[in-house]
Amino acid sequence: MTDRSEMFDRLKGLIAPFNKKGVDVSETTTFAGDLEWDSLTVMDFVAEVEDSFDIIISMNLQAEIENVGQLVDAVTKLTAA
Amino acid sequence: MTDLFSKFDALIAQREGLLATGVKDPFSLVMEEVKSPTVAVVNGKETILLGTYNYMGMTFDDDVIAAGKQALDEFGAGTTGSRVLNGTFQGHKECEDALKEFYGMDHAMVFSTGYQANLGIISTIAGKGDYIILDIDSHASIYDGCKMGDAEIVAFRHNDVEALEKRLKRLPADAGKLVVLEGVYSMLGDVAPLKEMIRVSKEAGAMILVDEAHSMGFIGENGRGVAEEQGVLDDVDFVIGTFSKSVGTVGGFCVSNHPKFEIMRLVCRPYVFTASLPPSVVACSAASIRKLMHNSNKRAHLWENSKNLHQGLRDLGFQLGTPNAQSAIIAVIMPDLEKGAAMWAALLENGLYVNLARPPATPAGMTLLRCSLCAEHSSEQVADILDRFARAGKAVGII
Repeated sequence: MTDRSEMFDRLKGLIAPFNKKGVDVSETTTFAGDLEWDSLTVMDFVAEVEDSFDIIISMNLQAEIENVGQLVDAVTKLTAA
Repeated sequence: MTDLFSKFDALIAQREGLLATGVKDPFSLVMEEVKSPTVAVVNGKETILLGTYNYMGMTFDDDVIAAGKQALDEFGAGTTGSRVLNGTFQGHKECEDALKEFYGMDHAMVFSTGYQANLGIISTIAGKGDYIILDIDSHASIYDGCKMGDAEIVAFRHNDVEALEKRLKRLPADAGKLVVLEGVYSMLGDVAPLKEMIRVSKEAGAMILVDEAHSMGFIGENGRGVAEEQGVLDDVDFVIGTFSKSVGTVGGFCVSNHPKFEIMRLVCRPYVFTASLPPSVVACSAASIRKLMHNSNKRAHLWENSKNLHQGLRDLGFQLGTPNAQSAIIAVIMPDLEKGAAMWAALLENGLYVNLARPPATPAGMTLLRCSLCAEHSSEQVADILDRFARAGKAVGII
């Protein structure tokens, strides 16, 4: 499980500059509900994650990602490929 | 029973809140009389039109109207059919011939609206396993075309060549790729760096679609748009356009040099499963397109209008969407929706109509007063417009 917690920590680090409300980030934290991100913030954050991991998170996939845990799963899968 | 309309409650409340402040509903305006491309009667008051995208003022052109009247007499009020069944009349072919000549391309396909042209072409050519790479600020019709198709959608930051290039490089080399760009982005009126974007897209083996809705007729030597202006039209695989702006009617189109393009007429559902444009509309459109080929004086005057309005609004202290006049759209940035709606209403009181644009249509949650100029606006009208902006801006407390 260390791989997963490493990935979570890395993503949490990327979330930090966008976490204007200072929300305590866990796997169940939602982007729209808890972090209150608008579409512009989502786009900037996605670009940040994409560039950090050299991956593409398509809009189709983004639509299925609602919380941090789901993002951890998605990025883990994309970087393993 | 769950009321399916409850999902609209927040929007209904926002709208009611806005109307409670006393402003007129900006989204239910009626043009009671239209006197020319630049003047209409609204709420019983003569009003200068500065938000109609009627860039070249063709709506009242004598030749355009005469062509429509003749077609109405000779071919009737409507086609009552699809382009692929009984709905292709002589006028539709003539309209497509005019487009082929206007763009110097081999194929032209006329749709019933510009929205349907984007919806149809994008959803049809990019299928399962293919990728569509688009600018995040793309028009709703582009997004809806993506949603209707089965391709993977990848967005990049507005007008950012590097962001586009990076994403293209991350995609599988052998996957089908369609890069979708716009010449002029209609919210802020800014122009895309098409030359660089098309270069990196070609290097990645992508096909390129450019929507030139807001540039046709006056940008580029022959009015073919931003791709022509930047010398890269030959590298564009598909140009999408509309008749509802410079052409002055309604309808949409795609032009292309792709050797297999004609098959689109059979496989593109928003082309097949809808009625074709009425004969009078295609006749007006064809006449207008042919006139737009030879219009350099009008183009020069439109640019002069756009530059004068931009400079004048800046001098008055308004915040604008672009540092200079890049198209015939000048976007005035409002502090918020309430101030924007108040300013919009104050302008209308002063006899000036502009577009009120607000999220989600606008980028970055902005409220905009969008001005689109017309080649038929006189220099006096532009001075008058600035005067009205000054009065309304002071009354609302924005300048």
